Amino acid sequence: MSSTTSAQNPSNPANPANPANPASSSTTETPSFAIDTITVTTKRGIASRVRLYRPTVTPTLRPLIFLHGAMGLMDDEPALEMIAADRLVIAPIWPGYSDEPGELLIEDMLDFTLHGWDLVEALRAEELLNADPINLAGHCMGGMIAAEMAGLAPSLVARLVLLNPLGIWIDAHPIPDIFATLPYEFAPLLFHDPTKGTAHLIGQTDWNDTKAIEIFLVANARRLGTAGKILFPIPNRRLSKRLYRLSTPTALVWGTSDKLVALDPYATRWNELIPHAQFIPIAEAGHLPNLEQPAATAQAIKEFLVH
Amino acid sequence: MKFTFFNLMPWPGLPEDFRENNRSVWVDIDSKLFDPVKANAIYNTYMDQLEFADSLGFDGIGVNEHHQNGYGIMPSPNIIAAGLARRTTNAAIAVIGNSIALYNPPIRVAEEFAMLDCISGGRLLAGFPVGTAMDTNFCYGTIPALTRDRYNEAHDLIMRAWTEPEPFAFDGKYTQLRYVNTWPKPIQKPHPPVYIPGGGSVETWDFCLDHDYNYSYLSFAGYKAGKALMDGYWKRVAERNVDESPYRGSFAQIIAVADTDAQAEELYAEHMLYFFNRCLHVYPGFADPPGYRTINTIKAGVLNSFRQENRQVFQSLTWKDLIKGGFVIAGSPDTVAEQMEDMIKTLHVGHVFGLFHMGDMPDWKTRYSTQMFAEKVMPRLKNLWPEWHNDDRWWCKPLETRVSMEDSYVNRLKDWEASKAQSDAERAQG
Repeated sequence: MSSTTSAQNPSNPANPANPANPASSSTTETPSFAIDTITVTTKRGIASRVRLYRPTVTPTLRPLIFLHGAMGLMDDEPALEMIAADRLVIAPIWPGYSDEPGELLIEDMLDFTLHGWDLVEALRAEELLNADPINLAGHCMGGMIAAEMAGLAPSLVARLVLLNPLGIWIDAHPIPDIFATLPYEFAPLLFHDPTKGTAHLIGQTDWNDTKAIEIFLVANARRLGTAGKILFPIPNRRLSKRLYRLSTPTALVWGTSDKLVALDPYATRWNELIPHAQFIPIAEAGHLPNLEQPAATAQAIKEFLVH
Repeated sequence: MKFTFFNLMPWPGLPEDFRENNRSVWVDIDSKLFDPVKANAIYNTYMDQLEFADSLGFDGIGVNEHHQNGYGIMPSPNIIAAGLARRTTNAAIAVIGNSIALYNPPIRVAEEFAMLDCISGGRLLAGFPVGTAMDTNFCYGTIPALTRDRYNEAHDLIMRAWTEPEPFAFDGKYTQLRYVNTWPKPIQKPHPPVYIPGGGSVETWDFCLDHDYNYSYLSFAGYKAGKALMDGYWKRVAERNVDESPYRGSFAQIIAVADTDAQAEELYAEHMLYFFNRCLHVYPGFADPPGYRTINTIKAGVLNSFRQENRQVFQSLTWKDLIKGGFVIAGSPDTVAEQMEDMIKTLHVGHVFGLFHMGDMPDWKTRYSTQMFAEKVMPRLKNLWPEWHNDDRWWCKPLETRVSMEDSYVNRLKDWEASKAQSDAERAQG
């Protein structure tokens, strides 16, 4: 689950009026990419915000689509910035996670999966993708959606990256209930280093300030309300019985300190269920390795995509 | 005025350090605290109290639905109501209500409520709550963002099942049935009066007015805190240009009566504090899963359980706080009658759901308080709305004459024996 959080506008993690800074802390002094946010409309009629990380040099590598986690796309996504050094990174904002009201149209796992493929089609119409199979990555809830997309149409996916994905449930090791987790309880759950995690997640939000709480609650109600359609009460929509279909080369990239979807037994189970998956641990990272260890995460994804 | 005696059926044995050592009284409450053997006495005592209220002349006796809850051990109010329907004769049976989004398929509610209406001779008041997040989402697994959609569909199905004269097919998003043909149907036509208990959902007001249902505000925060919400409802009633009959509204109030104010404190304070300090210890993470409340409701600022400071609010309450804040109306008959009148007028309600048994109150105190109210307070409040005294649109319409099976058995047996004797005699005569 990634998170949202500009303290100024927590309701809108992907606010185009608040362009992310290309020279963010995680990059070198010469930015090798530029950020651009567009809106595409799917055939189903869902207007979707899409954040593009465009390399400043003409990319020769196949683009990567990145599906964010249950709490949304951060304003700063350092791992995506690093991957964007030599390939276009396309990060769609899921319905319910931006101002567009499209989330009312997606209700179950099939709706979520088809929305993913509808986005691919819309991106092709915008000539951001060609007709080739896609590189697809998903984190947390996005990993669950990406795995479903690949299971539905394996020949349309060239490479699949699952980053601490949700979607499998093991009775003996219940995944903590994110829907009963209080805002100030998230950082210890999601981060290897909760102190840094708190800054990532809630910024300066004062949990005794009624207005700040209201802004958070409205955004959170839409985001996690939408996520709940596939994650509540148990984040399992029987994906495991479809994973045999993943003929796509797949990487399981996992923050090893994840307390939400624990490495043992979840990474192990995913690895067993996906034929020929490649397992790549990320040390000193919890559920959000893309935020906690962006360099190692980006490196792992980049290497997997080129080999 | 209509007064209903309500029993939440709390578990009386929560330890003194419950709050310190337990996360929540609801959803994941320690199962070791429940003792089925004790429950045998507890359930029967609570049912006796409801029957006692009927005998005292309360207009209604009320039950509700909670799951995995230390202050409400009544996951199936219909089971209790069935017992009451058999053992009482006058009071309305107020089931406030069934969380209809949780019944699969929801025609189960249409069936059971129709059974209750038939058994009771048309005394059912049918409550359709959306259900708390604790019950609906965390205990019964309904997806928060789809709860209201599921509720609306269940409501439409139940109403059609009660009112359509022919079998029909129902192609819902959550329920598909090829043959809906509910047997039995309710006595009350077109259907029993419907009560919608709303916490703080603004959409609920319009729903009640669209369908002419009673809006019930059930909280434990008392009438001073409830005023803002009821004012909002009545403002909406005025905007919609419907009449302002107080019987459109109901309010739940904790009530305790004794000889004097001091005696009320002496008798009831500890049990009220048990309720507020132990029974209401709900983990805030269970109160508002994202998606359960609508965006409009969140923006209306109705909830504030996320405020860290509020997690302690009930713990520091004293008896004086409970009285002063209007959480509890307690004292001598004069005190209670005066405050009840103020409450009823302030909120403009024609129905009161009175909570008399609270927390771990023993049976004798509950009965004493209830009887004092019925005899010394209730008569003084009955005619507070003289201009609306004939307005029974939201009250049950029982059959004029109801069957008594025992009488008919004895009489029929006598009839049969008499006719048999006569025919035997005739046959003997040849």
